Amino acid sequence: MTTNRGAPILIRGGRVIDPSQGLDEVTDLLLDGGRIVGLGRNLGAPDGCRVVTATGLVVAPGLIDVHVHLREPGQEDRETIASGAASAVAGGFTAICAMPNTDPVIDNQSAVGFVKSRGEAAGLARVFPIGCISVGQRGERLAEFGEMVAAGAVAVSDDGNPVMSSHLMRTALEYARTFGIPVADHCEDTPLAQGGAMHEGIVATRMGLKGIPAAAEEIHVARDCILAELTGGHVHLCHMSTRGSVALIRRAKEMGLAVTAEAAPHHFSLTHERCEGYDTNAKMNPPLREAEDRDAIRHALADGTIDCIATDHAPHHYDAKEREFDDAPNGIVGLETALSLALRELVRPGVLTLALMIERMSCAPARLWHLPGGSLRPGAAGDVVVFDPEAEWTVEPSRFRSKSRNTPWAGEVMPGRIRLTVVDGRVVYEG
Amino acid sequence: MSVTLGKDLVGLESLTREQITAILDTAEPFKEVSERPIKKVPALRGKTIVNLFFEASTRTRISFEFAEKRLSADTVNVAAAGSSVSKGETLVDTARNLEAMRIDMVVIRHGASGAASFLGDRIRSNVINAGDGTHEHPTQGLLDLLTLRDRFGRIEGLKVCIVGDVLHSRVARSNIWGLRHLGAEVGVCGPATLLPRDVERMGVTVFRRVEEAIEWADALNVLRLQLERMSAGFIPSLREYNRVFGVTSERLARASRDVVILHPGPMNRGVEIDSDVADGPHSVILPQVTNGVAVRMAVLYLLAGGAPDWASAGGEDK
Repeated sequence: MTTNRGAPILIRGGRVIDPSQGLDEVTDLLLDGGRIVGLGRNLGAPDGCRVVTATGLVVAPGLIDVHVHLREPGQEDRETIASGAASAVAGGFTAICAMPNTDPVIDNQSAVGFVKSRGEAAGLARVFPIGCISVGQRGERLAEFGEMVAAGAVAVSDDGNPVMSSHLMRTALEYARTFGIPVADHCEDTPLAQGGAMHEGIVATRMGLKGIPAAAEEIHVARDCILAELTGGHVHLCHMSTRGSVALIRRAKEMGLAVTAEAAPHHFSLTHERCEGYDTNAKMNPPLREAEDRDAIRHALADGTIDCIATDHAPHHYDAKEREFDDAPNGIVGLETALSLALRELVRPGVLTLALMIERMSCAPARLWHLPGGSLRPGAAGDVVVFDPEAEWTVEPSRFRSKSRNTPWAGEVMPGRIRLTVVDGRVVYEG
Repeated sequence: MSVTLGKDLVGLESLTREQITAILDTAEPFKEVSERPIKKVPALRGKTIVNLFFEASTRTRISFEFAEKRLSADTVNVAAAGSSVSKGETLVDTARNLEAMRIDMVVIRHGASGAASFLGDRIRSNVINAGDGTHEHPTQGLLDLLTLRDRFGRIEGLKVCIVGDVLHSRVARSNIWGLRHLGAEVGVCGPATLLPRDVERMGVTVFRRVEEAIEWADALNVLRLQLERMSAGFIPSLREYNRVFGVTSERLARASRDVVILHPGPMNRGVEIDSDVADGPHSVILPQVTNGVAVRMAVLYLLAGGAPDWASAGGEDK
């Protein structure tokens, strides 16, 4: 990050919630030199200090998203690393992990270095590159994990493409152990999902669309858990969407396997009925599933079967979504609505406490992926979010910091406004 | 009677019993128009209709064109091959350009499910779905209903089984909705590989054996088996399909009562249906085609703002 870290910041009188130390109380937080330096009541303000009054607001470790698509290099009309990082800080995220399925893909050290340096140049959220599992994401031979990690990669993934070869997945999990990084897999049995546009079920049947059965995800989840047992490697399961996957992960965790999992806000918020009317902003992969699946994802976030929330932020140009459902691309933007959805769909109905929500959106991703942040202990990285959990706002896609507007929540009223995002001890967003 | 259809006809799922009945009732007097020496009424004089066919079609396109011409509309046929679509133009741009020429109606056939509603949501003209992907083919459903009503005098309480590739069939979906809205019992029968997931939640009974379906039904609607389903691995062979699921005269002879046979065409004789069944005394396959023109005239007329009671009142245009 930049060396000019600016003046100290004192955040006074907020409700400080930090699950990493079991803290939830009204107190003060002091940042200086890019780090947390003080936590306690009635902290004095050093000379030249900026004082932020946070009465009635939540002060938490900055949110961390281990799954975003920033489209640069290759599709800068949809998003750039800078616009994606701007979108992140507007949504309260202080760190994001960039999936490597760009054009060209990020499968070597210089490409990883490019992503990292663009993120640093933007000077907003921390941008951590994810390298490819296989060269060219072709699913054939391993990319150079060691060199990519040395250049700044924090994980490997062929996201967008499932790793269909069990042999390749096995070697990736074994080889990644040397570097202590997770192997993040997009779970989808390709022949079973081929040509599918939405979840296979009554809604797809009525709409005459080819479905993707839940089994396409679950077969792959089961295989990855078995390979985690075989190899001892850390497999991270991306965007879990079915109740069957939840059951498989629960079993793997009971066995003590190094399996972690994420779920996206759309999968704990929406169901396949949202595709009615052929709304392409409800088209994603994995698809929106049934109410029982959505409820299982919610409960899995509550009991820890699913470790963290990740947006799968997927910007698309409006032209690409303004077309026949079968031909529209998958995915939605998520960084600027994630916290509000977690509040509306998880905290308000009582599925998660505020503290557990922060655990799933900050502490867990930092801990599991070995990233800075996720804690307000003195000495930790100066990455903080301050938000008002009660204040409401209306989703207006034209006001997104992201370059793309593809969201299914346009016009909806949501709770949760970001008041301040601090990265590396610097204020990078004020709302 | 003040039943209207709204702006577009994209499917039968969203229609009411009253709306469907109004279309069928309006079709009755239009049948007679096609029997006249001069097959023309001035109901749509001055209206401009574009037949926008992104998929090959013979029967449906010609049927719509006859319906339009017999109502005195001005029509233009656009086929995807040879149009700007083949140069990469998007559906929405194609539609907006057509509309800029001030048209009144679009009849669209398209390979993507939802294409008709997509278009209807984006242009002011009336849109009629002539088949969108594997979603709906509402005028086929309506002509099947009219043919059944002609034959049985009612739809309510009839048992109709749709046999074959229901998974890929827009005809099946329109039939299921139309028949259920009018109070018929609906069955589906075919290999499980060609029945859509959770289809019973559309309110239909699933038959695994065609013999059971024949024994149950008053009428069978036999779907065309696309030959490419075999190469895609849904069935092992056409020969086996005919042996297990074919509607044959032997199977019909074993049933305890006569069963009326419908088929939306084009037929694969000797695959899903045997020739002696297609050409036999219980087949209404050609009356379906005749009714297709009348039903499409009714839909065009009603969407253009014609009153449904024009027909029963005798009508100034007759």
